[in-house]
Amino acid sequence: MSFVTLPDLGEGIERAIVACWYFKEGDVVEEGEDILEVVTDKAVFNVPSITGGVLRKVLVKDGQEARIGEALGEIRETN
Amino acid sequence: MLGALVNNYHVQDLSLIDYAATYRIQKECVERVIAGGAQTLLLCEHLPVITLGRLAKEANVLSREAIASKGIRIISVDRGGDVTLHSPGQLVVYPILRLENFKKDLRWYLHQLEQVAIDLLMTFGIVADRIPGKTGVWVDGEKIASIGIGVKKWVAFHGLAINVCTDLEVFDLIKPCGLDIRMTSMTRLKGEPVDMGGVKERLVECFGRGFGLKSEIRV
Repeated sequence: MSFVTLPDLGEGIERAIVACWYFKEGDVVEEGEDILEVVTDKAVFNVPSITGGVLRKVLVKDGQEARIGEALGEIRETN
Repeated sequence: MLGALVNNYHVQDLSLIDYAATYRIQKECVERVIAGGAQTLLLCEHLPVITLGRLAKEANVLSREAIASKGIRIISVDRGGDVTLHSPGQLVVYPILRLENFKKDLRWYLHQLEQVAIDLLMTFGIVADRIPGKTGVWVDGEKIASIGIGVKKWVAFHGLAINVCTDLEVFDLIKPCGLDIRMTSMTRLKGEPVDMGGVKERLVECFGRGFGLKSEIRV
């Protein structure tokens, strides 16, 4: 099992809001594919999946806030 | 050689152009830069359009009837920020930059874009500044430049809009950036017409200096 986490967006940025998941639970995602958008101040940032597999669980939903490093979703890797 | 590649970029003046067409060009540039292609600076003016960033609130679009009667489209876009308006007389600047060449830091990049606008305005004798907590560029409390970006694979797109000789009354249709503010323009502040061509030339100079980039090709 792997987790998509909110990456480091730069100095002084501690949180971001999940703006839009491109996929829903059960969808297949590819490694490196952008799977959601997060927003901070005047920037939208596309977050990629670090592995290929099935998006098993969305942990932080649209409109919710997350801390840098926090798990946003859970991916069950496929071989 | 690698240094030259990192520090060179293309400038493309799209003149007066529909927003949707520019967005397609932006996305093509983003994919090219992601694939290792040259960084690009797009310059243009847009036909009247209202864009909603990802944090935009519906209430900040003040008069949909008046907007519709003027034939102005409202488009949701993948940039940060609230609502803004583009129209002729406003210089819209879309840097498509590989941030890993500079700093993978969104606040740093937004700050740099503000500085490019501040430096540009200074060349016209306009003293502009930042307001803490309100991204953008201001002159005596009135907003002259707005900023909103998108980032994919650490390649930045969207950018900066500077009111050169914009008809400021159109901003009455929205609550710009979701704030109770007045907008201003270079023409209003100078009390005389400001040439868009001259602004574009100086913008390219300030941008190159600000990011340590050398314009390689101008198309």
